Amino acid sequence: MPAESLWLIVLGCAAATFVWRALGVVVVRRIDPQGGFFQWVTCVSYAMVAGLIFRMIIMPESDLAAVSLTIRIAAVVIAFAAYYLFKRRLVAGVVAGGLSLSAMAAWIG
Amino acid sequence: MVSGNGSVVRKALLDALSLPAFILFFTMMGFGSLARGAGFGADMAVVASLLIWGLPGQLAMVELTSTGQGIAAIVFACSLANARFLPMVVSFVPMLARGQASLPRRLLDAQLLSINSWAVCMREFPHIEPAFRHRYYVTFASSILFAAAMGTLIGYHGAILLPAVMVLGLIFVSPLFFALVLSAVKGRAERFSMIFGCATVIVANSLFPAFDLLITGVVGGSLGFATGKFWKPRNAG
Repeated sequence: MPAESLWLIVLGCAAATFVWRALGVVVVRRIDPQGGFFQWVTCVSYAMVAGLIFRMIIMPESDLAAVSLTIRIAAVVIAFAAYYLFKRRLVAGVVAGGLSLSAMAAWIG
Repeated sequence: MVSGNGSVVRKALLDALSLPAFILFFTMMGFGSLARGAGFGADMAVVASLLIWGLPGQLAMVELTSTGQGIAAIVFACSLANARFLPMVVSFVPMLARGQASLPRRLLDAQLLSINSWAVCMREFPHIEPAFRHRYYVTFASSILFAAAMGTLIGYHGAILLPAVMVLGLIFVSPLFFALVLSAVKGRAERFSMIFGCATVIVANSLFPAFDLLITGVVGGSLGFATGKFWKPRNAG
């Protein structure tokens, strides 16, 4: 593809993403942050973000798909165990989870 | 409660550098190398990370470009993959407590938002004095944006080559981080929304893969909202 088309794609995608952000800014000016609609939108955000994360772990489209589901779930359990063991330090959970996934993938496959 | 310009900036930098900056650096390395494979220039890849600033949309852009789709279809797919920014901005902006900020400033705040900043700020804001939240957010968000741009550039040039199992661990770190961050979220409706979201995404993904996250948000969020509102624990008086 010529460079002009690729630039058009990049800038088009940036603009198309910005539309959602701008729409959010416009919508939020018209709603009451204490009201039911705001609470509902907040719940929608949490559900979307949690769903996205859950999908990345359970049904990954990345190279992670080559690692068995059992290993992925075991690594999540190890991560949470380390997180609570080390007084809710995110670093502890993330390092333990990432390393245990790498180790299990290397040894078990 | 954290307050004061100095301590809030220090906290934001520490919170960013303790993990999210590295996670984004490595995630965007992956994007950079994919962008190169799809025929984009290094400058284009970095601009994409800086201006799109939403990985699912960036990945959709790269994937569809490498399979030779038309420009309109690519832009549409990217937009759809990043539609979550609408509810995210709406739920986030009031937390910033910006008062009477002008429209361009609000748009700039919205442009800086990413899933990382959203999740971390939702977790940290209750511990930060409202007047200092915006400074925390801008410091945190621009630090990770910088890390993302660097990661994109380095990944594009393939400067750091890691063993395959290490790469798997690094890919895994991103969802793991969000899962841990969000496990600390308070509020019954929010917690139920996340549980319903996880359940919904499996069904939505198998039925309507292109719209799975939108369906997940609306269905899971509505169920969580309703549960939080109408279902009270028996012993809560």
